[in-house]
Amino acid sequence: MAKAKERRNCVRFSGADALSLHCGVTLDNYTIAYQTYGTLNADRSNAIMIFHTLTADQYVTGTHPITQKPGWWSRIVGENLSVDTRAYFVICANVLGGCMGSEGPNSIRESTQKIWGLSFPVVTIGDMVRAQVALLDHLGIRVLHTAIGASMGGMQAMYFASKYTDRVHNVIIVATSPCMSPRNIGINEVARQSIMADVNWHMGNYEERHVIPEKGLAIARMAAHISYLSEKSMYQKFGRNLQDKEKLGYSFIESDFQVENYLRYQGKSFVKRFDANAYLYLTKAMDYFDMKATTESGLLTSAFAHCSNDFFIVSISSDWLHPTKDSMELVRALNIVGANVSFIEIQSDAGHDGFLLGDKEFCSVVKGFIERKKI
Amino acid sequence: MRQIRKDFDLIASFVGEKNRILDVGCDDGALLTYLREKLFVETHGIELSMPGVRKCIEKGHSVIQGDANSDLKFYPDNSFDIVILSKTLQAMQQPDSTLRHIIRIGKKAIVGLSNFGHISVLWNLFAHKRMPVTPALPVSWFETPNIHFCTIRDFVDLCDLLDIEVESHRIITGKGRMLNSQPRSRVAALLGAEAIFLLSNAA
Repeated sequence: MAKAKERRNCVRFSGADALSLHCGVTLDNYTIAYQTYGTLNADRSNAIMIFHTLTADQYVTGTHPITQKPGWWSRIVGENLSVDTRAYFVICANVLGGCMGSEGPNSIRESTQKIWGLSFPVVTIGDMVRAQVALLDHLGIRVLHTAIGASMGGMQAMYFASKYTDRVHNVIIVATSPCMSPRNIGINEVARQSIMADVNWHMGNYEERHVIPEKGLAIARMAAHISYLSEKSMYQKFGRNLQDKEKLGYSFIESDFQVENYLRYQGKSFVKRFDANAYLYLTKAMDYFDMKATTESGLLTSAFAHCSNDFFIVSISSDWLHPTKDSMELVRALNIVGANVSFIEIQSDAGHDGFLLGDKEFCSVVKGFIERKKI
Repeated sequence: MRQIRKDFDLIASFVGEKNRILDVGCDDGALLTYLREKLFVETHGIELSMPGVRKCIEKGHSVIQGDANSDLKFYPDNSFDIVILSKTLQAMQQPDSTLRHIIRIGKKAIVGLSNFGHISVLWNLFAHKRMPVTPALPVSWFETPNIHFCTIRDFVDLCDLLDIEVESHRIITGKGRMLNSQPRSRVAALLGAEAIFLLSNAA
């Protein structure tokens, strides 16, 4: 631990903290960038770790340094909100393989002083979690009050509860699945192929050529964005309304429909803040995630048989990316092993995005669970 | 309110300290909270309504939002000391299947129900030719969640049919007075407004 050098919201691990990855490679040195909110209390019992989603980062709340927009979970985390930063010390780290300061494909590799690119080892959800456990050790936090994650963050929370069960009391797992479904792997593969098909990708060495595979990354984001919405929310948001025109354009360059315009905008703004290679690595990590495969028996129940944590599983009724039935699979496994588990399905038309929007019911149950009465 | 406490009290008399209990159709968690404060039990529940589940979670109970009609089959055998079904059986789609499940999931089960053979119910039907609205059955026929009406005798007959042993019972009048009579007795059949049974698997 003494070897960890700390800069502002950034810690570099080396020596004894080298990280053996699932792929077989050992990362001798790696950086984890993180943000904290609120104050750690004297007995270090009020820490809440948030695991972020695929394209989010450690800037949970407050103003994001790049986009200048509010942090991705600013409707949930903050003073007086569901995760109340007046009462809790909130930690969120950029995941291993990400692109907001933690070690990833666009970081400088220490041994070569060049950008990693595709020489960065493929990381898993488990690897991400272990890097964040190293951060907890570094911060001197032995046991978390609560671990919370949605989507890819939910996978991390699940893994954390299973493998580090004695390091957390409460676990909130939102809008995710105990394993990545074949359809979701398919969507991710479309995204990756789109990036790799961009002429500017150059086998991942685009940085040294001073180009960015913008088009490919933007299309990847467009495809993903469809999966974050429900059919109903798309009808409500866009319908078949035309964009800035009265009649169909009978052409391809200009967009006809509002939905096209929206997706183009989402794609364009995404490339300003996200790295294409990081998108390859993080989607791959999600695809590899299968909680069952982390156990010897191959049973989901075995992953949690030893857990004495209090679990709270949340799904969103219109989420087809990580549907309620996937959450139920987890709930049933936890039930079978006699875990303390609560479950709620939020009724919302917002699709997978539902956990980001500050849905009243969602905010209320999360706050209710964190601040619930204990015997 | 006094009636509710009486009901809870009778259920509590069948529950042991620190038992692991599951309340099927636990509503806002009032019974779970009562049992936890009185007997330090580990509280779990199933509840369909969102406001109910939310209140349970705030009270610190482990509650799964779901439909007991379809979800009980996912609970493993003997995973609770006691499964409670309080005024819920008559609202189930298949009461016999529900009974089999709760006696499988729990080492024991507690079932509380309103008696459709109670004298006030009979009087309603006989004198007014109307479905009863009584203190124990306060909701009109078109609004009641109950879809399978039964009497105390019907219930013990069903237990016999399913090889479920009635270990103990508490029968109370409309005024909350305990009746010291057997479930099959005429007194219980006519004067028992509510009955609470402690069940176990006879097999």
